[in-house]
Amino acid sequence: MADEPLLSVRDLSVSFHTGKGQTFTAVDRVSFQLNKGETLALVGESGSGKSVTALSILQLLPYPLAHHPAGSSVRFEGQEQVGASEESLRRIRGNRVAMIFQEPMTSLNPLHTIERQIGEVLTIHKGLGGEAARARIVELLNLVGLKEQAEKRLDAYPHQLSGGQRQRVMIAMALANDPALLIADEPTTAVDVTIQAQLLKLLRELQQKLGMAILFITHDLGVVRKIAHRVCVMQKGRIVEAGDVKTVFDAPRHEYTRHLLEAEPKGKPVTPPANARTLVEGKDIRVWFPIKGGLLRRTQGHVKAVDGIDFVLKEGHTLGVVGESGSGKTTLGLALLRLETARGKIEFNGKEIQDLRQSELRPLRREMQIVFQDPYGSLSPRLSVGEIIGEGLKIHRIGRTDEERDALIVAALNEVRLDPETRHRYPHEFSGGQRQRIAIARALVLKPKFLVLDEPTSALDLSVQAQIVDLLRELQERHRLAYLFISHDLRVVRALADEVMVLKDGKIVERGPASRIFDAPTQPYTRALMAAAFELEAIEGAVRT
Amino acid sequence: MHAASPQASRLSPLNQRRLANFRANRRGFWSLWIFLVLFVLSMFAELIANDRPILVRYDGNFYVPIVQSYPETAFGGEFETEADYRDPFVADAIAEKGWMIWPAIRFSYRTVNRNLTVPAPAPPSAENWVGTDDQGRDVLARLIYGFRVSVLFGLILCVVSSIIGVIAGAVQGYFGGWVDLLFQRFLEIWSGLPELYLLIILASVITPSFGILLALLLLFSWTGLVGVVRAEFLRARNFDYVRAAKALGATDTVIMFRHVLPNAMVATLTFMPFILSGSVVALTSLDFLGFGLPAGSPSLGELLAQGKANLHAPWLGITSFFVIAIMLSLLVFIGEAVRDAFDPRKIFR
Repeated sequence: MADEPLLSVRDLSVSFHTGKGQTFTAVDRVSFQLNKGETLALVGESGSGKSVTALSILQLLPYPLAHHPAGSSVRFEGQEQVGASEESLRRIRGNRVAMIFQEPMTSLNPLHTIERQIGEVLTIHKGLGGEAARARIVELLNLVGLKEQAEKRLDAYPHQLSGGQRQRVMIAMALANDPALLIADEPTTAVDVTIQAQLLKLLRELQQKLGMAILFITHDLGVVRKIAHRVCVMQKGRIVEAGDVKTVFDAPRHEYTRHLLEAEPKGKPVTPPANARTLVEGKDIRVWFPIKGGLLRRTQGHVKAVDGIDFVLKEGHTLGVVGESGSGKTTLGLALLRLETARGKIEFNGKEIQDLRQSELRPLRREMQIVFQDPYGSLSPRLSVGEIIGEGLKIHRIGRTDEERDALIVAALNEVRLDPETRHRYPHEFSGGQRQRIAIARALVLKPKFLVLDEPTSALDLSVQAQIVDLLRELQERHRLAYLFISHDLRVVRALADEVMVLKDGKIVERGPASRIFDAPTQPYTRALMAAAFELEAIEGAVRT
Repeated sequence: MHAASPQASRLSPLNQRRLANFRANRRGFWSLWIFLVLFVLSMFAELIANDRPILVRYDGNFYVPIVQSYPETAFGGEFETEADYRDPFVADAIAEKGWMIWPAIRFSYRTVNRNLTVPAPAPPSAENWVGTDDQGRDVLARLIYGFRVSVLFGLILCVVSSIIGVIAGAVQGYFGGWVDLLFQRFLEIWSGLPELYLLIILASVITPSFGILLALLLLFSWTGLVGVVRAEFLRARNFDYVRAAKALGATDTVIMFRHVLPNAMVATLTFMPFILSGSVVALTSLDFLGFGLPAGSPSLGELLAQGKANLHAPWLGITSFFVIAIMLSLLVFIGEAVRDAFDPRKIFR
């Protein structure tokens, strides 16, 4: 008993019924152990079964749709969990084992205050209420670093907090009953790099202070290196390699681990053509959203999303726009394409476009296109891939016959390295990376000169990110495209941009050639971003929490 | 939907799943078939219940009284008026020199049975299977015709008001802002109008026909879907794929009908069977109150009113009640199956 590890998973398999009597095995005979005070990382790409493994520890899968084939065993503190009664599971969930999820907005109930969210866990497992609970909640909020006005935060609702703060509240909820094991399911994927660095630091500190074990699930090897003691690499439901972080990273034995390690976006930006003309020019671009209030809904002030930005972008060049969420990066991109009302002067290909009507703008749309962040939201779910890509051709009357248009669609799909036969299928049949390729094909088929790339890689797995970056670079070279590359991920920006503009609160903090910005940033804000992105270190003071 | 696609005829995987979900709801699936059979049969009501024969063979010639009227003189009678085939004199004359094929029920909805041995309403007998109403007309014939009128009325009302409602909701939700604000206030005022009183007043000024009743009910029923469609459009207009279409230069109309509407259609189609049953009830209740279709037309509501007035003749009330109850239950079961079909989280095992 004394020698038994805290958590011992042996030959765990999970199968799902997919209807018509078929089953799909998501996890296949996985075994690992976790000791007190230790951090184990489960690493793998989307669909590798990491989350399902974590959920089966708490038996949170949709049973009986999912089931564990015979031989599966999950022992926690010496007790078998597979097939345990609901009652005994409830005693463990949220009490001895706590969990934090990827998306802090949807994991918190939007209608409950912070006090009620955290208080619920305390009431259920400890029977605490009233003043005692309140005192404990304040203590927890202090513990997770929501020190300023912890008392005041008690009455806040989730929408009043930033993403990082919400994730801290989630952690506070998880810690409420001093769990022996914390399961963290991609807790930093949905937040900025700067917030990610802060959260990782917080988790490390909490582990030292409280001595709990952490099962950390992620697709980002950089995070693993920073936080974990041991690592299990998962592929298609199996653990292909396991061991100490140092051993695995220094001498990966399995091919897949090597593939993951090499997958980080690399390479240098394309050398831009020397004789390039100016393609897009912006002068003093402002996007102010009015704040209305009072009885007559008069404008009382403005949210200055983009506040006086000047820039010049030449053919074949890439301008990286960098900053945290809310810094106005995306709004700037939308404003340039006149998808957002903006003031200032926007010149495209020598023509002023900020005062053109939508109908006058339509012919120009062919030459300026956009690729969005979320490949799941940017493709209409009810149109086939061919229809999605062909839509622009129809609008701009390119290609006289259906056959001609079909040939153009095939060419565009070939260009983004997708099988042309995919044009008869629907978006939901594709993975995130493939969908992003489709979105790029939709823009490319019009042969644009200027492409706004709004975080095109941040919703994708790391190895897929690298492929998309390579593709974008290749396309740029071939077609002399000008990119406005918006991202909070500096690793990707470094691989693509030859010029960088750092934004904060709608204003430019620093700008210059990429090499200069990356090698010798002058502003503290830029330095903090760099540290968070490349070393996953949090620098206090310079960035928001 | 899009002719350009080479595979437009094949169902998308999503729709295949929906069809499977619909079929998996056995009750709704069978309800749909029963309803369709009843509906198609009622479309041919003239061949099932009529006071004219389908085919007459007389003196070596064929006559089709069901589509064409013949004077009595054609069958050796004396009058130039249309032949009454139920008249024993005419029937005997035809039987002498040929034969007749009758529909299953030898009454139309307005045929008065003059051979009743008891005062109308007459109880069920070999001649009138579920009896006659208080004017001596066959109840079964009136039910068949009444069912047809109800369902047709309901279908037309439902489809037309859905089309208007979807367009109105789409415009409101997509453009938002002032358009939405003003339209919403207008809808609030419009739906505050006392519908029933207006119908009663209008019905006393103009003689209500099928078309006029349809138009009157339409004035108020189109608002039903506006809210649902508006909400879907409000949600979808900020989706990335709508933005992407804007960036491609698509016009507002194209975006509304090609990109947003297909998503709003789920809510619309889920509502439709319930709107249909609501429309059927609306006509029935107007008929019941006596403000509906002109006197003499076959109508379930009118039969129900007769049942209420003639409690000593239970076959009137009971039959009309069962027909209405079964018809509405079938529609609700179908509606439930449609709802299942469009529910993305529904899992059948």
